[in-house]
Amino acid sequence: MKHGSSSPIILLLSRVLSPYIMLFGMYVIFHGHYSPGGGFQGGALLASSIILIRIAMEEKVHQLHFNKAYGIPLGAVGVLIFFGVGFIALIMGGHFLDYGLLPFPGIITAELRFYGILLIEVGVGLAVMTILVSIYDNLLEEDDDESI
Amino acid sequence: MIEKNLPAIIPLLFLFASLIIPLLGVWKKNLAYPIATLTALASAILSLYGFVFVILTGPINYYFGGWIPPIGIEYVYDHLSSFVVLVINFVALFVIAYSYQPVEKELPGKQTAYYSVVMLLLTGFNGMIITGDLFNLYVFIEISSLASYALIGVGDKKAPFAAFKYLIIGTIGASFYLLGIGYLYFMSGTLNMNDLYNILPHMNDSPTIIVALILIVVGLGIKMAIFPMHGWLPDSYTHAPSSSSALIAPIGTKVGAYAMIRLLYFVFGLNYFSQELAVSDLIAIFSSAGIIFGSILAIAQKEMKRMLAYSSVAQIGYIGLGIGLANPFGFIGAVLHLLNHAFMKATLFMVAGSIIMKEGHSDIFKFDDTYRKKYPWTMAAFTVAALSMVGLPPLAGFFSKWYLALGTIENSSWLFLAVILISSLLNAVYFFRILEKVYMKSPEASAAKEEIKRNEIQFSMLIPILVLAIGLIVLGILNFIIVEHIYKMMPEGML
Amino acid sequence: MNLFDFIAGHYDYWFIIILLAIGLYGMTVKKNLVKKLIGMTIFQAAVILFYISSAIKADATVPIIMENLPVDNPANYINPLPHALMLTAIVVGVATVGVAFALLILIYKNYKTLDENELLELMK
Repeated sequence: MKHGSSSPIILLLSRVLSPYIMLFGMYVIFHGHYSPGGGFQGGALLASSIILIRIAMEEKVHQLHFNKAYGIPLGAVGVLIFFGVGFIALIMGGHFLDYGLLPFPGIITAELRFYGILLIEVGVGLAVMTILVSIYDNLLEEDDDESI
Repeated sequence: MIEKNLPAIIPLLFLFASLIIPLLGVWKKNLAYPIATLTALASAILSLYGFVFVILTGPINYYFGGWIPPIGIEYVYDHLSSFVVLVINFVALFVIAYSYQPVEKELPGKQTAYYSVVMLLLTGFNGMIITGDLFNLYVFIEISSLASYALIGVGDKKAPFAAFKYLIIGTIGASFYLLGIGYLYFMSGTLNMNDLYNILPHMNDSPTIIVALILIVVGLGIKMAIFPMHGWLPDSYTHAPSSSSALIAPIGTKVGAYAMIRLLYFVFGLNYFSQELAVSDLIAIFSSAGIIFGSILAIAQKEMKRMLAYSSVAQIGYIGLGIGLANPFGFIGAVLHLLNHAFMKATLFMVAGSIIMKEGHSDIFKFDDTYRKKYPWTMAAFTVAALSMVGLPPLAGFFSKWYLALGTIENSSWLFLAVILISSLLNAVYFFRILEKVYMKSPEASAAKEEIKRNEIQFSMLIPILVLAIGLIVLGILNFIIVEHIYKMMPEGML
Repeated sequence: MNLFDFIAGHYDYWFIIILLAIGLYGMTVKKNLVKKLIGMTIFQAAVILFYISSAIKADATVPIIMENLPVDNPANYINPLPHALMLTAIVVGVATVGVAFALLILIYKNYKTLDENELLELMK
């Protein structure tokens, strides 16, 4: 919001909680390929940690936390990571998302498929996080004369 | 390597362009239009190459990730899907090339975001056509629908409400489709179209399959805008910006029609939906009602884009009638009309956009015969497209109505034959009204003494219109070659 | 089967039917545009619940490989495919709600109301 919240409880708790939510979001992304979790869920958790700061603090602070000009280009980079992994598999001679042919030396094919999904999930998590934050930013852009 | 991976490259090229345009837009703003046009050109060339390759070699089946179907997702690039991909990419190339001036005039400064969403829309359409997996079709339906809500919502003052109506109705349609394929998945255990075609004859008496068929027909019918479910179409096409309606109107409903053909003929099978249940008769009756309804309401309109929107409802009715007849001539008529109507509607909407750019309005009763001198080539292209919509030989529109009429004669449904003939007369009424206003000299105009100068639109807008109009003449003359190829697209058991 | 088995044996299908009906009621009867949007979301949630309720098997556990459970009998694990499909459907629903909110903000900026009757009056 444009002006920060006036209650000291909200200010303190949001600053304390936000890094832990972010850490939990990273945990969920990196455990997606063999237990519940993955790109979408972890990305939503990371976005909620950033939006918590945006609700509680004033504009100068939350733009330092995650600048809103980075939103859509970072989202495009996230989907390009997804696309790039598939494209490398295409170039190495297989079908589009065939992780067994990624060019990492010394790992057998079954484990390459196991870790290939991890690369994709990182890309998806980045894209989901930045797009959810930029949806929030765009919806609040018109908010000039009303003070919350 | 290109040939083996062709079914994956064509949609992914558009996705890649849609990601590159915002990244480069941070650096330099006016690179969006060249990248979009080059990507559309590359995709059109690849789809032409793929079409010729499939005719010479045979269908390509592509497995994503190397997982063999029915475990993995399969893309099927056979005669029908390569033909529709060629039509869609070809029309989209010319509309995107046309759209530089209208976008600059109606949406100043938003060029980057607009072209990125246009590339996403074309990703969704291409993916919908090539895929061979039922859930993948749902994902691409939603991708293309979201992009079209965004492209429609940036029009004039009434556009966001029209886009919101389209959003609610379109999401309900996609949810019905999702529920329908959920029923099919629980009964059979597979989501692959080929596999389902082999499994479904063994479970013919189950009421679950009947409900799944009805849900899928209603869901895809909303996307295709068959008669009772067309309510979103007039407002959306009228209030959208000129370049958006020129892009979505010729292509969007056709892809829905293709999805209906693919699901009804190639998954459920011809016997099931036309002999055992009466679903094909129902589709034919509703489509005929849509033809008459659309044509009559188009006569009542004052504004050109709204008239063209109601005319689209009527023309989709022809394709629905062809699907509902379920015999070879009906199939040929439906696929041929898919091709012809894409070209005709693209030309008509591009002409409407040009008139809005030059005159500032598109009110039919304010047209006068100065247009004949101010925009000679534009009005010539409009005349060709209008005569083709009415159905005069040797233009393209005549042949698709001819094959549909042959299909109705073979089924002995004289009511549908009467519907086709009467609606051609109704089409003539509303198109000849504009031609009369533009070409015939009105009595009080002879008092104007000033010299009317030629004020033709720029080349970047004029050349796509002329190419598509000449294409209508070419398609009309060469239609027997196309019909020969349509015979190869039919499902087994039809001939 | 008797009436009690018909209702209590398929209780999850009855919940889904009630949710579908509530969603359709919200979309058609309510006049505020935001309430129509919420009705659409309830409808999509009902379809998602339907897929997930089909993945259950009797006496089966979560499909995660643990060291002391043998993996040779697939009847011991519930079906994970509908769960993966519904993740995609949920994300599609979130994106639709995002686009819908952007359109609602544009409507409010143009007409200063979000009530359907007033909007149809103002747009004549």
